[in-house]
Amino acid sequence: MSIRLSDIAKHYGRAGRALEPVNLEVAEGELVGLLGPSGSGKTTLLRIIAGLERPDRDPAGRILFGDRDVTDVHVRDRRIGFVFQHYALFRHMTVFDNVAFGLTVLPRRERPSSGEIRARVYRLLEMVQLERFAERYPAQLSGGQQQRVSLARALALRPEVLLLDEPFGALDAKVRQELRRWLRQLHDELGFTSLFVTHDQEEALELSDRVAVMSHGRIEQIDTPDALYHAPANRFVFEFLGDVNHLEGEVRDGVLTCGAARLRTSLPEGRERLLLRPHEVRLAETPSPEAHLPATVTAVSPVGAEVRVELAADWMAEPWLATLRHADYERLGLTRGQRLFAVPRRWHRFTADGRPQPAAPARAAAA
Amino acid sequence: MQRIGDAPAVRRGLIAVALLLAGLFLLLPLVAIFAQAFAEGVAVFWTNVSDDYTLAAIGLTLFVTVLTIPICLVFGVALAWLVTRFDFPGRRLLQTLIDIPFAVSPVVAGLVYLLLYGRNGWIGGWLDAHDIQLMFAWPGILMVTIFVTSPFVARELIPLMQAQGSREEEAAVTLGASGWTLFRRVTLPNIRWALLYGVILTNARAVGEFGAVSVVSGAIRGETMTLPLHLEQLYQDYNTVGAFASAALLALLALFTLAAKAGLEWRTARQEVSP
Repeated sequence: MSIRLSDIAKHYGRAGRALEPVNLEVAEGELVGLLGPSGSGKTTLLRIIAGLERPDRDPAGRILFGDRDVTDVHVRDRRIGFVFQHYALFRHMTVFDNVAFGLTVLPRRERPSSGEIRARVYRLLEMVQLERFAERYPAQLSGGQQQRVSLARALALRPEVLLLDEPFGALDAKVRQELRRWLRQLHDELGFTSLFVTHDQEEALELSDRVAVMSHGRIEQIDTPDALYHAPANRFVFEFLGDVNHLEGEVRDGVLTCGAARLRTSLPEGRERLLLRPHEVRLAETPSPEAHLPATVTAVSPVGAEVRVELAADWMAEPWLATLRHADYERLGLTRGQRLFAVPRRWHRFTADGRPQPAAPARAAAA
Repeated sequence: MQRIGDAPAVRRGLIAVALLLAGLFLLLPLVAIFAQAFAEGVAVFWTNVSDDYTLAAIGLTLFVTVLTIPICLVFGVALAWLVTRFDFPGRRLLQTLIDIPFAVSPVVAGLVYLLLYGRNGWIGGWLDAHDIQLMFAWPGILMVTIFVTSPFVARELIPLMQAQGSREEEAAVTLGASGWTLFRRVTLPNIRWALLYGVILTNARAVGEFGAVSVVSGAIRGETMTLPLHLEQLYQDYNTVGAFASAALLALLALFTLAAKAGLEWRTARQEVSP
């Protein structure tokens, strides 16, 4: 079932606006991530879609599930599955009773027989590989297992919309990875429409068909992970997704200067702020004719496909991060405290109001 | 490493003082009550307890208690639910108001009720005109008892319900549970021990309340005397054994309450380890 939101806004008394009027469309069977820093309104939006919170009356926003207008429909009649960050399992019920809950509270004429409930619950528990734990209580399970129970519980009524609020936020990295893969599988198998909230960009990009990046109660951009990364709509999206290095200085006579740092450019005169991804920074023992960006290595992390190098210098507002191939790392023989030069391969610019400007390749990169 | 006050002499000294004080102020009076009650033998004790006026006092006390508990239970749960599950203007004020019956002296509470509902009171005049008597009759005793005991259940529930949060209830609603189902199957099981604990305290206070009840009772023997009032009356009449026989009954009830409370605490502690 598709989800369509138009002009959904929310403010909390004097605390102010939690959500600017938001428009959002999620196609049937799509898996969309709501990504943003804390306080960006993503959880509020999700809870409004679920019906756990009311949107403002002014503007009169609408929420549609398929063709059904659910704006004024109570949570219990919206027929959604909701997964909470801290699982929210019924602590006094066994795993079996937790999963069966939704079925047992159906009105009598819709309620399946106890035999059928039993069969369905066991099927669900099998799906989340917890059939052996049916008689356990939530407190006797690990966090990952509890979240699986909570998913099975949410799916027991076969909802067409599944909403997840930071579902893996409280779990350790390895379990999170496993559950992510497994949620994607379930989603593809059962074909429900899912919307999940996360502040973890990696999680959002890896799991979602599309990601809505939120800040300050607004959706900044909604796009495929690839498009978000390669064609960010504004500076916020660019900076929020992935690591960013800043170079800010005055351009005069085709040279950008910032303390000891100098970079030859064809940019117009005036104050300029350039942004560079870590992989767009090359490291060299000598400055290039175009770039003179001296820096000191403060930390090296050679774990993974690339080596992450942290750089510091007086002219940097914040330390830079560069990633390089292991071969380059070995050739340079990097150690902490070593002094060398950063050479930009390319950079990104945004206008004062955050719109992207054509990313100019550094001249050095062309050479 | 030794903590402050961990020296054996200090420790033993403190324990000794605590034991001594507990013995002098708690245990000794309790022993004295039973000693006095049975001072002239079991037969005299029994005569005093089975005295008509004593039986009437026991009956009234139990009657008032039995009515008080369900009223306080419903009121306390509703109040705790309201305060912990909803946000509305005046919520904090309400939370403070809950404590008023604890803050004011029970005698003052009794006097206020007398002032309001007594024959010359603001509402009492109207009631009198309609031939309804609340003061100096059991309804008045019930009213002040409810007033005095009303905070116990809510006070037990509010911190617990605040700590538990409303996530489980939200989960239940998303699964389609109606309000009553939600309460019965999710909220109630989570608060049942605190609730029972609140009831035990309510019960203890309702049985033992003296100050507020004495103001509105009118002290009509065999009619509006509760057990604590009856006890006092006996003592004033120099019937020491009779007074202590009633005191022994109240003390027994208190001991029973303590045992129930300890049992509950033990049970809750065990439950936290494995539900």
